[in-house]
Amino acid sequence: MAKAKDALLDPLFNNNPIALQILGICSALAVTNKMSTALTMTVAVIFVTACSNAAISAIRNHIPNSIRIIVQMTIIATLVIIIDQMLKAYLYEMSKALSVYVGLIITNCIVMGRAEAYAMKNPVGLSFLDGVGNGLGYGIVLLAVGFVRELFGSGKLFGVTILNTVNDGGWYVTNGLMLLAPSAFFLIGFIIWGLRTWKPELQE
Amino acid sequence: MSHYFMIFFNSVFIDNIALTFFLGMCTFIAVSKKVSTAIMLSAAVIAVEVITVPVNNLLYTFLLKKGALAWAGYPNLDLSFLGLICYIGVIAAIVQILEMALDKYFPVLYNALGIFLPLITVNCAILGAVLFMVERDYTVVESTIYGAGVGVGFGLAICLLAGIREKLVYSDIPKGLRGVGVTFIIVGLMAMSFKAFSGLQF
Repeated sequence: MAKAKDALLDPLFNNNPIALQILGICSALAVTNKMSTALTMTVAVIFVTACSNAAISAIRNHIPNSIRIIVQMTIIATLVIIIDQMLKAYLYEMSKALSVYVGLIITNCIVMGRAEAYAMKNPVGLSFLDGVGNGLGYGIVLLAVGFVRELFGSGKLFGVTILNTVNDGGWYVTNGLMLLAPSAFFLIGFIIWGLRTWKPELQE
Repeated sequence: MSHYFMIFFNSVFIDNIALTFFLGMCTFIAVSKKVSTAIMLSAAVIAVEVITVPVNNLLYTFLLKKGALAWAGYPNLDLSFLGLICYIGVIAAIVQILEMALDKYFPVLYNALGIFLPLITVNCAILGAVLFMVERDYTVVESTIYGAGVGVGFGLAICLLAGIREKLVYSDIPKGLRGVGVTFIIVGLMAMSFKAFSGLQF
């Protein structure tokens, strides 16, 4: 039981994939200028990491070591295609907004990294939980960055107006920088700073 | 001619793949501690981009696109949903072939590049460039130039970052920010300076 809890909760803060393992930043930052895209991306990544971890762990004793990367890639790519097709079928607008970043979950280092580091050595149930946990850890950072960027960049959250902007006759002057690429880097930098000040044992 | 130049210039400066699209970030942060290794990695990325983007373009035009299989007698077949798995397969295969070819004919270069080649397979900058090529419907020539531009842009960004990080050893940074934290903030500042190119028109 304790092991299962560790597998699920450890990646949230103590071993967060983005802030500490520095995995999966690639596709993470581009989708955070709105909460809705960040949330969709989080759900997609949780699904892919959890299922690929479980599937790879289930066949871990049958994969020849020399071709394991390509086997893992095939499983991951299949799951990503499923997600991509689902989004296109049911959430077409969202799939357009995420553009190439859904496909890029394949090369998201979290998925590969967890498959290689955890699923190849642990039983199915634990690997599944580890996948969910890492997906959530990724999601927390994504949603935190998305929250700040959407709130200060366009005065909204999930498309609902929170701060009345000047353009709509309100009082809030939007911060255009928040919608551009650089702000995401600054925010992640500050999140890492905050996390490492809170837990000094993580400092380099 | 100027059209091709535009594609190149755009992908190096205005739409720099690392600094505006955040692709290849993992490698970007991990392998930018020294300028010499950064240059090696850039060379490898440029080589792989120049080969994989046009090859995947051919694959897309003649096998996957809707109606692309007309030459085989299936004018209505649309295999584009298989795209992702094909592209990543092609990238992995080409990296593998490149590695073997270098090992056989240019052992010096192979030893220098070492671990960077296999690492490139999972670099999002490569798959990202391929997906952007598909999204923008480039021809073969355009996609070769685009691939070269993306590679050079990534190389430029990572060499600049490595130069800054080498100098950073002398500065006194707050404890929690050391290492990765401050790197992110530097990358943010670099991305801002690259934004200055975005108004350029020819």
